[in-house]
Amino acid sequence: MKMNGGQMVCASLIREGVDVIFGLPGGAILPLYQALPEFPELKHILVRHEQGAAHAADGYARVKGRPGVAWATSGPGATNLVTGIATAHMDSVPIVVITGQVGRAAIGTDAFQECDITGITLPITKHNYLVMTAEEIPRVIKEAFHIASTGRPGPVLVDIPKDVFTEVGEFVYPEEIDLPGYKPNLDPHMGQVKRAAQLISEAERPVILAGHGIILSKAYDELLELAEKAQIPVVTTLLGVSGFPTSHVLYSGWPGMHGMAYASLTIEESDLIIALGMRFDDRITGNTATFATGSKKIHVDVDPSEIGKNVQVDVPIVGDVKRVLTALNKQVKPATHVDWVNHVHQLRRDHPLMGSDNGKMEMRYIINEIAEATNGDAIIVTGVGQHQMWAAQYYPFNQPCSLISSCGSGAMGYEVPGAMGAQVAAPDRVVWSIAGDGGFQMTMVELATLVENNIPVKFAIMNNNCLGMVRQWQDFFYEKSHVATVYSGNPDFVKLADAYGILGIRVTDKNDVRAAVDKAMEHDGPVIIDFVVEQDDNVYPMIPAGMAVDHLIEEPRPARQEVRG
Amino acid sequence: MNYNGTSNRHTITALVEDKPGVLNRVTSMFRRRGFNIASLAVGHSEIPNLSRMTFVVEGDDRVVDQVTKHLHKLIDVIKVSDISGDNAVTRELALIRVKANVQSRSEIMQIVDLFRANIIDVSPETLIVEVVGDEDKIDALQNLLKSFGIQEVMRTGSVAMSRGMDSAFDTNGSRNAKAVKPVIMETGSV
Repeated sequence: MKMNGGQMVCASLIREGVDVIFGLPGGAILPLYQALPEFPELKHILVRHEQGAAHAADGYARVKGRPGVAWATSGPGATNLVTGIATAHMDSVPIVVITGQVGRAAIGTDAFQECDITGITLPITKHNYLVMTAEEIPRVIKEAFHIASTGRPGPVLVDIPKDVFTEVGEFVYPEEIDLPGYKPNLDPHMGQVKRAAQLISEAERPVILAGHGIILSKAYDELLELAEKAQIPVVTTLLGVSGFPTSHVLYSGWPGMHGMAYASLTIEESDLIIALGMRFDDRITGNTATFATGSKKIHVDVDPSEIGKNVQVDVPIVGDVKRVLTALNKQVKPATHVDWVNHVHQLRRDHPLMGSDNGKMEMRYIINEIAEATNGDAIIVTGVGQHQMWAAQYYPFNQPCSLISSCGSGAMGYEVPGAMGAQVAAPDRVVWSIAGDGGFQMTMVELATLVENNIPVKFAIMNNNCLGMVRQWQDFFYEKSHVATVYSGNPDFVKLADAYGILGIRVTDKNDVRAAVDKAMEHDGPVIIDFVVEQDDNVYPMIPAGMAVDHLIEEPRPARQEVRG
Repeated sequence: MNYNGTSNRHTITALVEDKPGVLNRVTSMFRRRGFNIASLAVGHSEIPNLSRMTFVVEGDDRVVDQVTKHLHKLIDVIKVSDISGDNAVTRELALIRVKANVQSRSEIMQIVDLFRANIIDVSPETLIVEVVGDEDKIDALQNLLKSFGIQEVMRTGSVAMSRGMDSAFDTNGSRNAKAVKPVIMETGSV
């Protein structure tokens, strides 16, 4: 069948099961746009800034569990995608990004809106392509989706020159993929699985450290089986939150720089860490030389280069975590670690998260109220900073895959387009965006996109009129010198909502929080609640960067109550 | 592979797709991860559309382990082998332009003979010496010629091959995906 390049892109996307594209047109990608009306299966969501398209595709992919798609034009359109691509890369999120490029003859001449986007994105994509003939398009798109979604997922970029979109060729969608250099090892080495089972049977104080891999490979049941069968406490990474039921008696929080103290201590006091689909990020290990020196380590990851990268391990297992756990669960013998599990519970009682009963507007109070109003069943999308940490600490996350957050990259501004993508992927779920006033202002241009497409995200702006986490670091490490962190000209977010035709609510009194949340839940459409919160509130606990758990700073306890035991 | 932390040189070869940008992908990865390349040589392989790269990498076993894994992670890299040690042959070619007048010319020629090197260009003031060998041999010749005055040195970087038969591909050159063994992916050896 004869098609032009633009039609081939659309036809290929349909073959890959794509239903939504986040994008913004421009000169080089215009021929692709002109083909779009012929393919009504593809819904296009017109963003206001390309960063929003990339983050939305990322949020969509995390919730949907299959690649999200973003596209943009050449030059500035392509470079605006970069933050979103880097975010997806750091958090192993499958997205396929298509960029228009200047015509083939103009490449390399510094033509108008030319930029070397394959060069720019080389270190932040799993792979990328510059397509030089239309007939390559089907193969490249098929490979792009395969690479993005298999093995360790990640972003793949496909750059297509303008005149390739208009070139006519034979459309042949390949059945097979021929990538001799790409064969992810999914099935584990059975000898290693047996060695791991042996270590588990010998351990007295084992702990599971479960990462994003559990969610990416949907290994929820297998993780639960391992934990229950051998009675092993489970700690998750920040990206792994909601990979294990938070209400489970074996759940012991998430560790690290702002993780629960009891989670960090559980890891520190263990004699075996079973690390599943995680990468020993510095926010978890602190100083790797002093990280959990008393424990042996089993490390399961689908990416061999993660093994031994940050931490030396005793038993590495390369493979898809779901398959590894399926094999491991057959080898692991039932066990009880009564003393150890009791001790972990005691750690939790001794080092609880603190509540706030001081009558002030604190973010965690608001998060608790949102948790109650949503029954803990909402998808929570966050920005980056204090509100992100509190959301992850206090929200119950009763549903799997319900914390959507830029963790590795730490991209402020994720909270608006990320929530948009999450809501598009799950139109029937309640999506709350826990936003910072800083990050929200980075990407709030997408409010127009939400309105145009009636995407009913509920925004809780944790408005402390400052860059809270940066201010906290200045408090702790820079003698409270608040350089460039406090805002003096924030907009009136309620008026802003009004300007977009969105329901806006301001809450300044603790007693009005719940009513505002309920009103937002009842409202059909997007809502912005401007929660004016304490400026000088700090996130605890805190382990300063590069330190070990013995430098853990816990919250001072003046007449405060535990909220979660 | 052990993690004894000793720092040394490793020779790694990689079979890669012969496509635009592949060298850039590889060197970009080295730069980004902070790995140290002592030398790098690239050329066609025996298989159409595939090239071979030889890297000499400095670092302890742990670094080299990471280098091989990150190389393998690149989609365009098909096979990676660490062929350090006795079981490989390593050769480099160098061209050395050295000052030579009537008095010194015969002395230089003697040294060149000793190294089984060749003189491939003669001018009234200079000679160009061509030498093939492992890195140490070329270093030694370069040292000896220093006293005559070296004007220019051009070295290719090492190429290497393991001894005996060890090919990922059929001898007839057809691409056989099943024969591709990602040697470093073997879990037990990590």
